[in-house]
Amino acid sequence: MGETADQFFVILQHWLVGHAPASFRPLLSALFSVVAILVVFAFLFAITTVLERKGLGRIQNRYGPNRVGPFGVLQPIADGIKSLTKEDIVPQAADKAVHFLAPVVLVLAAFSLYAVLPIGRNMVLANLDSGVLYFFAVSSVMELTIFMAGWSSRNKYSLLGAMRAIAQMISYEVPLILASVTVIMAAGSVSTVAIVESQAGYSGILPHWFVFTPWGFTGFILFMIAATAESNRSPFDLPEGESEIIAGYYTEYSGFKFALFFLGEYLGMFAISGLGITLFLGGWAAPLSFLTWIPSYLWFFTKLLAMTVMFIWIRGTLPRLRMDQLMNFAWRFMLPMALLNLVTAGVWRFLPHGVVRWFVCGLLVVVPYVFLSRGLMQGWKLEKRVYRFAE
Amino acid sequence: MLFMIFAILTVAGAVAALSLRNLVHSVLALTLAFAGLAAVYLQLGAQFIGLAQILVYVGAVAILIVFAVLLTRDTRATSQSIISSSRIGSWPVVLAVFGILAWAIRHSARSQWAIPPQPETSIQQIGNAMMLRFALPLEIIGLLLTVALIGAVTIAMREQEETR
Repeated sequence: MGETADQFFVILQHWLVGHAPASFRPLLSALFSVVAILVVFAFLFAITTVLERKGLGRIQNRYGPNRVGPFGVLQPIADGIKSLTKEDIVPQAADKAVHFLAPVVLVLAAFSLYAVLPIGRNMVLANLDSGVLYFFAVSSVMELTIFMAGWSSRNKYSLLGAMRAIAQMISYEVPLILASVTVIMAAGSVSTVAIVESQAGYSGILPHWFVFTPWGFTGFILFMIAATAESNRSPFDLPEGESEIIAGYYTEYSGFKFALFFLGEYLGMFAISGLGITLFLGGWAAPLSFLTWIPSYLWFFTKLLAMTVMFIWIRGTLPRLRMDQLMNFAWRFMLPMALLNLVTAGVWRFLPHGVVRWFVCGLLVVVPYVFLSRGLMQGWKLEKRVYRFAE
Repeated sequence: MLFMIFAILTVAGAVAALSLRNLVHSVLALTLAFAGLAAVYLQLGAQFIGLAQILVYVGAVAILIVFAVLLTRDTRATSQSIISSSRIGSWPVVLAVFGILAWAIRHSARSQWAIPPQPETSIQQIGNAMMLRFALPLEIIGLLLTVALIGAVTIAMREQEETR
């Protein structure tokens, strides 16, 4: 029973494809997977917009959307209709072709990221040998589209936002990739499916996820910080910076193109969370050994939603960084930490199992952390703020 | 069929990169050409090279555009013609070069070789080769690039101090 529920969608796909003539089968099965990904993640986007607005409202002591449907859950439909019926304004001086292409290519690239994410047992669209490499290659296309959007709008604020986006994404891509390299070292493979398999198994009831090792924990935290920066989410939302540069690279977008940017941004966030889950949180595996009867895809989406909630929570909690703080943090903290984490992962691999290994690797994580954060805080004068007029 | 699509994409991108008048358009067309080339690599089964092509070139191109925007006064179309004025003189030269190259390739010993069977190289083998047999060259290249990077930063910082 559990097995059937787990493989339900795989069996369904096989059954559906089985009716077609043999020469069409590979194409048809790929088509089914693509449609499934498009539908599921677009739906997840709709859920997340409500979740985010409700959650932020809760954090900021207000209601959030509560007019459309019960508790405002049908808000995404209203949003969709609104953005479809709005006038699509293209600035007269804009570069029409590039202005049009940017959101389209962004969404295309964002959707192609899902091709290598294993969302369940035997549920991956393309089991590439070099899955993680593919992911980073495609996500570098997304950087380009943001620049296309900012440049083609012919607007100072758009261009400033695009410049910020490029600087930020390139700086944070380095620690992002270095943090993932530790996992690749440990798993001995670049394939996402093989990485999930290498974290399979339980000792007692606890799983063998990479996040439960000193280097894996550090890597996961670094990965998530860099992922937040890569998806331009608060506190790294300088490229949008609505209080300084209006809305950054999508200032000049309206109507459905704006919605496409929104969609692309969230899809990018889900995809990079999905990669984080695959690399560090055991992919579709159950967190405890006696919970394996729950289908694997449900675990993947549970983890994905948990990560999304964390993103929303962080957005509601932290203030936006300043540009120099952003760069200092990337190059003076994230990069050395990620490099040292590579060493830690190597040491962990070659030390014998036991307490010594935990102690040595824990030390290798904690000591650099303390010194690097001290170095980052040098020159800060932290004291009680004195208000001149608001006392 | 697929190869034809990718080939047309690559060639069209390359031609557009040369003939478009807008600097940023040219660079974006160049990206298209690189992507087409990467697709050809992937179709030939060379996953690593194909993906590295996208990763390196598309990322690098983004930075290239940034510099194009920063360093040029205006990226809008220039008024002068992209084809040089000595058009009549250049055609025979172009045709002659193309003819000689085509003749040389057609008659060289290389083109007579039989196509070897497709080697089964997995990304794992490439990784092993780079980390074991070619570890030293890899590290030297890495060191060289780091030195170049630090050198560039040092020079840039000194200039900034002078202008202050």
